[in-house]
Amino acid sequence: MQKVFERTPSIKECHTHYCPGCGHGIVHRLVAETIDELGIHDRTIGIAPVGCAVLAYNYMDVDMVEVPHGRAPAVATGIKRVLPGNIVFSYQGDGDLASIGAAEILHATHRAENLTVIFVNNAVYGMTGGQMAPTTLNDQVTSTSPQGRTVKHDGYPLQVSEILAVLPGSIYIERCSVYNPAQVRKTKKAIQKAFQLQIDGAEGLSLVEVLSPCPTYWRKSPVQAMKWIEQEMTKVFPLGCIKDTTL
Amino acid sequence: MSEKILMCGNEALSEAAIIAGVDAYFGYPITPQNEVPAYMARRMPQEGRVFLQSESELAAINMVFGAAAAGKLAMTSSSSPGISLMQEGISYMCAAQMPAVVVNVMRGGPGLGNISPSQGDYFQATRGGGHGDYRTIVLAPGSVQEMADLTHKAFELADLYRIVVMVLADGLLGQMMEPITLDHLKPIKTKAKPWALTGAKGRKQNIIKTLLLQGNELEVLNLKLQEVYRQIGDEQTRYDTYQVEDADIILVAYGITSKITRAAVSKARQKGIKAGWVRPITLWPFPSKVLTELAKEPRIFLAVEMSNGQMVEDVRLAVGGGGPVLFYGRAGGAVPTVDEVLEHIEKIMLPEVMKKA
Repeated sequence: MQKVFERTPSIKECHTHYCPGCGHGIVHRLVAETIDELGIHDRTIGIAPVGCAVLAYNYMDVDMVEVPHGRAPAVATGIKRVLPGNIVFSYQGDGDLASIGAAEILHATHRAENLTVIFVNNAVYGMTGGQMAPTTLNDQVTSTSPQGRTVKHDGYPLQVSEILAVLPGSIYIERCSVYNPAQVRKTKKAIQKAFQLQIDGAEGLSLVEVLSPCPTYWRKSPVQAMKWIEQEMTKVFPLGCIKDTTL
Repeated sequence: MSEKILMCGNEALSEAAIIAGVDAYFGYPITPQNEVPAYMARRMPQEGRVFLQSESELAAINMVFGAAAAGKLAMTSSSSPGISLMQEGISYMCAAQMPAVVVNVMRGGPGLGNISPSQGDYFQATRGGGHGDYRTIVLAPGSVQEMADLTHKAFELADLYRIVVMVLADGLLGQMMEPITLDHLKPIKTKAKPWALTGAKGRKQNIIKTLLLQGNELEVLNLKLQEVYRQIGDEQTRYDTYQVEDADIILVAYGITSKITRAAVSKARQKGIKAGWVRPITLWPFPSKVLTELAKEPRIFLAVEMSNGQMVEDVRLAVGGGGPVLFYGRAGGAVPTVDEVLEHIEKIMLPEVMKKA
């Protein structure tokens, strides 16, 4: 019998703490597969955020450091500057990257750091119990927007990828999702490209934003959550390549 | 023969860091320490090492965190308001046992304060500074020569104990120039760092983290840190004394204030007042034992600081019930003069001298 799928070595064989239907498991696997396929396991260093993915080092079998909330791009900068031959990536959620770490991601991009950023956007703070994030959609109910987010009170959902794409320091930015197998494959391709650019020593930062489900704090079933990404989230965060200077 | 060079304190500490072997400097502009990044921006590339101006002090300390996690010697420098912003990162680094050097060239506070010299950050520096139960080693240079020597020492200690070491200076020490020598300083011998993140080549994955959720593992880490702190207290407590043996009054001061008080002690001696002087060089660990010993004889202690009384609390703890502990200080960027301190000594001691006569 032909083996068509197996666990990639850079993903550990263990249970995760993620909720049923969470997208982090898929994104972790795509990152780990990419690392193995590109043959960079021995020189990759990952940065875990504060948020649901704080324990990413328990699942991804590469050197990793867990850092203060939002500061991953600064820590990544410190590592990459002293170890330019290594491949450095940060794995951050939307609270981490778009809110408390907005300055750090903006300036790492602005400095054209040769880094790879995996930005998992699920429009909510998961780890702390479903609070409103800058990426929360209008009318979305969270524990800190119990009547639904309103523009009048909380402003608009923040499109960080589009903001970063304006900076000359970003070389590749793509927004993907994992709501169906076709999208998962596209996400994999984007992650591969974001790592390959760093391996090639391209001058600038690559970022892949992944719209990812949080069934628990969206109060939806895993299937409904996937549908909600496709039908609602992509209206505010349109999928596709936002910037590619390598074309 | 060692060559004398005229340097300001900020430049002296920078060159000493380079001699010690600092691999990376990250910093954000703030007065009165701007000579440090300016010096590093010029010198570090000459040495093939990393200089980077960060977007904030938050980023600077986290870049230091990254470089330290990669097993390199890293440092940052700032002044009071910037050091406040770094406290988050310092707490994480101390929890993760990351070696690094942080220089605080203190300025007047609170708030934005002013750019004059101050010693108002003593509490922050010696009590950890950020959240959680941790310490940093705090070294207090008293001259431009010591800005170099103690910064060099800071790298040695940081590497040896896997701890953040703070060099606590002030605007005066940073700005003033003195002839110094650097010939005696050599690259430090660093310890092997099997924990460093370099890529998991031929070994298991290395993880540097500070989230410890399972069972009592956070308490275990805390106990481990406390053991390191106890060891540092035993091995690294440093101080200097001057004419303490027969002293009736002992002045206790660190940093630039120690220079001023030492001159005042000499003048007091000329006037027949038996004054002595203790200068803590490590503010943490604080040299309590020497003060406890001195307090066994009937003596008056006078802490002099450029604050409203911070180190004096450690002097009181050390002296215990052993004698009166008095305080004289100027704050908000004001610097006490030698005559001002002398006058204060006389006010305290002249009635004493008269009584004895």
